[in-house]
Parts: sequence; structure tokens; C-alpha cells
Amino acid sequence: MGGPYWGPAPIKVEDITMLKKLSMAAFAVALSATSSLAATEVTWWHAMGGELGKKLEEIAQKFNDSQADYKVVPVYKGSYPETLTAAIAAFRANQQPAIVQVFEVGTGTMMAAKGAVYPVYKLMADEGETFDPKTFLTPVTGYYSDTQGNILSLPFNSSTPIMYYNKDVFKKAGLDPEVAPKTWKEVEEFSKKIVSSGAAKCGFTSAWITWVQTENLSALHDKPFGTLQNGFGGVKSEFTFNGPLQVKHWANLKKWQDEGLFKYGGPVGGDQAATMFYAQECAITMNSSAGRAGVINNAKTFTPGFAPLPYYDDEIKEPKNSIIGGATLWVLNGKDKATYKGVAKFFSYLSKSEVQADWHQFTGYLPITNAAYDLGQKQGYYQKNPGSDIAIKQITRGTPSENSKGVRFGNFTQVRTIVDEEFQALLANKKDAKQALDSAAQRGNALLREFEAANSN
Amino acid sequence: MDTKRTTFNNRLLPYLLLAPQLAITLVFFIWPAAQAVKSSFEREDPFGFSTVFVGFTHYQRLLADPNYLDSLWRTAVFAVSVTVLAMVLGLAFAAAVDRLARSAKFYTTLLVWPYAVAPVVAGVLWWFLFNTSTGLLPYFLERFGIRWDHDLNGTHAMILIIIAAAWKQISYNFLFFLAGLQSVPQSLIEAAAIDGSGPVKRFFTISLPLLSPTTFFLFIINVNYTMFDTFPIVDATTGGGPAQATTTLVYKVYQDGYVGLNLGSSSAQSVLLMLIVMLLTFVQFRFVERRVQY
Repeated sequence: MGGPYWGPAPIKVEDITMLKKLSMAAFAVALSATSSLAATEVTWWHAMGGELGKKLEEIAQKFNDSQADYKVVPVYKGSYPETLTAAIAAFRANQQPAIVQVFEVGTGTMMAAKGAVYPVYKLMADEGETFDPKTFLTPVTGYYSDTQGNILSLPFNSSTPIMYYNKDVFKKAGLDPEVAPKTWKEVEEFSKKIVSSGAAKCGFTSAWITWVQTENLSALHDKPFGTLQNGFGGVKSEFTFNGPLQVKHWANLKKWQDEGLFKYGGPVGGDQAATMFYAQECAITMNSSAGRAGVINNAKTFTPGFAPLPYYDDEIKEPKNSIIGGATLWVLNGKDKATYKGVAKFFSYLSKSEVQADWHQFTGYLPITNAAYDLGQKQGYYQKNPGSDIAIKQITRGTPSENSKGVRFGNFTQVRTIVDEEFQALLANKKDAKQALDSAAQRGNALLREFEAANSN
Repeated sequence: MDTKRTTFNNRLLPYLLLAPQLAITLVFFIWPAAQAVKSSFEREDPFGFSTVFVGFTHYQRLLADPNYLDSLWRTAVFAVSVTVLAMVLGLAFAAAVDRLARSAKFYTTLLVWPYAVAPVVAGVLWWFLFNTSTGLLPYFLERFGIRWDHDLNGTHAMILIIIAAAWKQISYNFLFFLAGLQSVPQSLIEAAAIDGSGPVKRFFTISLPLLSPTTFFLFIINVNYTMFDTFPIVDATTGGGPAQATTTLVYKVYQDGYVGLNLGSSSAQSVLLMLIVMLLTFVQFRFVERRVQY
């Protein structure tokens, strides 16, 4: 310091209190610093972009604010396949997150990786958190349990496909806007009226040819998708989705495409399907129940209607429940005890009915616990939002059979790509429905054998 | 040609100067390539718990897989089309700009522009233009009776990625050709002009032969570009579809390895791709270079 030295000033009482205050403040700062240092970080890799991602971060933030010991850090890692690949690469490099969100087709891969996964039922038991599988919806737990009925990953965002239709176009075509087609026969009839009356260019389209028009089609009609209880029974299963029902349906879709009643929405999620529905080019679309928020936001100039998926009434009198899609949260091995304590606490928080109901009502994903569904009913949510309970009613109807419990296969991401490719070959007149499905099953089986070999040595 | 020689007094210095480049090559090229060769002989679960040596199984399966052989053929079609299209157009633009006196700079800037566009952006751009329901080009094509549908029509999808990939590469070729044309001795052209040969004849008999080193260089660069760097374009436009109609070799490596987590087969494909490019480069240097005048 370059200033002149004034000599020590006499210490005044005010100064002492000031000093005390200061040191107290410093102490408080130090305290809060140590408490935030002590908060154990729990990393959570997820694949929710846009509005869903914001909602997810809000949930994590609310959990962090509710207590001081753990801090959940959500990290967006891109699409579902990207998130899964990133988690696997991180695991191999010993840099894995504690929690990773894995989509339903990755379930087979995760279940086979026994050394990498800390099963949720075990984690909750080890950490003394209450975790009762019975509080969850049966089709949801059924999909994510092992053969002994233990839940291996925490259901987070589950959806099921439903039908969306344009009430205004229905009116224009001379149809009752309050009556949605129930069967495929009606879908055909309604589409003909819609197209011939000029109310819309196409009758219907569909997102997810694999998930909606093949996997769910099989479940609804109680037809097997593969052997060994659709793959739940082990890695030796084989695909049987080239049966007469599936062949009939694919042949119909091709016929309806030729007649201009059906328009293809593209591979994988079929992004064009939503676009064509929003643009009122197609009067009906079939998509995940989680597409509900998007439909409501985009249907500015028309009134959307919601209905269950159609079925063939000459194949089955009472269609079975539909099967789920979406993702669950997997816990990865190799973290310390404190982190797992935090994960368990966070999972208990996520399973709370308020948190579940909020997430379900905001996104259109299914309420995962019965309590969350009850809460929504008490709040009068389903009355205020007609059609918002179609998905849950459809997925819980009847008693699930081996064929409607779900599907579980290794290498399933690639299998879906193959199914998409063969469907395109069908629409492009390169193959008929039987040839396309036979070839898809045969190519899929080769991948299953590959998976079996890689996971049995 | 005389070469300049620099002598270092310090024996260590040249190695030190080379070290950064060598380190980068080792860490980012040689090491991963060696890893790929290693895992192409192994079967491994995605998490890496069990690894089994399987010899040439992956290679045998690939070479017996009709999908892989189709992909090989498609890549050849794609590479040749993109290279020819991008080089011919690049040369045409270069020859045109070379004849301009005043506005050459302006056109050069415009023509080089696409090269600054990231491949994935270029892909999205063309995807928008060709979008079947909202795109501009399908709307015009319909007037000529062409129903554009790259979602289902494999040929359309292939044309789409060829155009998108070539569009980006034209700029690069244009720049090199323009530089090449400008270094053609003016005296030769003037002499030919005095002898009475027109601009077209002068171009084909004087400029083009003198450009052959540039053409040769660009040929190798373009083939390598289509083999390796067109992944973002395919991913952003067609995603390899429909029914694998645009799944090139490099895209298949990504699909099987990154999406499908089949590391063994994916590595084997990378190794095969590497061998193909090495072979092509060898053939080009060995046979094409002989006819090139430097």
C-alpha cells in the first residue's frame, strides 16, 4: 500500500460488533459452501429435448430444492440411441452416470448386461426405501420386470399408441365428428368418404410402422410377435411376426396406399405423419399418446379427437391391451454408496403421485402409478381434458396375455430398422406383404442369433 | 526441379519439430485404426464384459451378406457420380470465371460459398428443397409429370444425396481448377490463338492437358471425400433409406456400430473400407499418375 501510515486507530465498540457480524457472515458462507460441497452429485443422462427436457429439469430442480444432501444433475445426451451408446461408451471408460434413461427397445440390451446394471428393486431394498411394484400399473411393470417379477429399471416415461382424428374434416366429409372409426373396416370406409368427398387428400397415416402397425397390432389381436413369450423367456427366441394377421394388415396398408387412402409417414418415428395430420392433409393419424401435447399445440385451426387404436373385428372380438413404448431409468454399477443412497431417494421422489401426475398431465405420457391416475381423477383432469385417458384405458383393458405383455429382444433397434426397410420395399412394389415380412423375420432372426452368441460367452 | 535442403545443426531439433504432428497422427489415427483391426477379429457384448476371438468370422459374414455387397455397389455408384458431377461442374465454372476480366472476383466468392457450409447444414438444405410435402423442387417436378418421393423411391433418394454431396464439393474443385487455369502460360494460349484455334479448341488441347496434375489430385480427394466425409449428408437427408437404398459403406459402419452396437462387425467394415481406399489410392498413383504430365 502506498498510502501514508496514520497509526493504529483506537478500537471502538462498533468496530467489534462489525467484526463479529463480518466473521459470522464469513462463517455462514463457509458453512453453506461446505454443505453444497457435501451434497452428493447424482448424474442423470436423458434423451428428452425441447419442452419435455425443460419439464424434466424442473423435476430434478424441485427434488434438489426439497433436500440438501443430494444434487441430481440432468444431462441431455441427444436421441435415445445416442444416449444409450454414450452411456455404454462411458461405462467402458469408467465414466458412467449414476442414472441413464433407456428407451424400451434398449431393454433387451440392458437386461443382458448384468454386470453393468444395478437392478432397481435391489437398490431400493439395499437403501431401505419403500418400493412396492403393486403400486405401479401392471402393463408397465410387466414390461420392465425379469421373469421372477422383479423390476429392473424405474418406469419414467411410458406411452402407448392411440388414434388422433380431425373432427372438422369428419364433419366436412359428412361423418359424425364424435364417432371415431373402431375397426379397420371402418377406417377404410371413413377414409373412402373423406377422400371421395374431398374433405382431405388422404384418409389416414401412421407414425411408427414398427411399433404401432406391427408390434401393437400383434398384441391387440393376441398374436405372438416372437417365440418364448415374445422374448421374455430368454435370448433363444425367434421372430414370428410374419403370421397371417400381420401379412393381411401389411397387404391392406399397401392396398390402401395404392387407393390413396393411406399415406406413409416415413421410417422410425414417421415424422411426416404428424406434419400431414397438422396440415389437414390426412384426417387420421396413429401415434404415441405422448404426441398429445404436440397435437393440441399444432391443431390451431381444427378440433382434434382422440380414440383407441382400431382392430379387425373378424380376428378378435375383444381386442387385448396395447403395449408400451417410452423409456425407463436404469442405474449403472460402479458408483459409491452415497450416490446410490441419493438415487434411491430421488426414485422415491419420482414415484410420488403428485410428481407422476404432473409429468403425465403435462406430457401425455401414462401415469405410471395407480395413485397418480387416481389423483388425476380426483383433480377432475380427465373430465376437463376429454380423450386424455384413452391411452390408460386402452393399456389396462382386459387381462394381458403372453402376446400382449410386451416384446423383449436383443439388437431390437436394428430389427426395427429392418422392419422399416421391408415395409418400404412393400410400398415401393419390390415385394408383397408376405415376402416383406418373411424377409424381415429372417433378417431379424440373424440378429437375434448374433445377440445370443455375444451374450452367452 | 531442384529441391531446397535445410541442414539442422542440432540432431534432436528435426525430431522435436516433427513430434507434435507425429503424436497427433499416432493418437488420432494409428491407434484407433489398430484398435479397429483388433476388434474386427473379436466378438464382444456392448458393455465389454466378455470378448472372444472369432478370427475372420465377421469378414466371412460380411462378404456373404447380400446387403453388404449391395452397399458396396451403391457406394461405387455414389462415389463415381459425385466425383464426375462435382469435377465437371467445378471445371466448367472455373473455365467460365477464368475468361471473365472484371467480375471474376465476385463470381469466385459466390462459387466458393457452399464450401463454408457445414455438410449437415448442406444436407438439411437439400432435404428442405426436396421435401415431398413442403419442398420447392417436387412442386416444380410435378409439372413435368415427375412425382418426387425419396421416402419410398430408392433412385430418387440416391439422386438427392448425389446432388447434395456434389454441390458442396463443386466449390473445392472450382478453386483448384481456377488456380490451375490461371497458371497455364499465357504465351502458349496466345500462340495458339495466333495460329487460329478458337477458345474451345484451346481449352481442350492446351489448358486441359496442362491441368492434368490438378485433375489427378482432385480425383483422389473427391473419391476420399465421398467415401468418408459424406456421412452427415446421408444422415441429414435420407438416413440411409429407403430400404437401404442410400446406405453407403461409411453409413453402414455407423448404423451397425453406433446404433446397433455390433462393434465387431462394424470394425470389420471400417477395416474393409480402409483397405478399399488404400487400394484405390494405390491404383490411382500407380496407373493414373503415369499418364499425368507434371
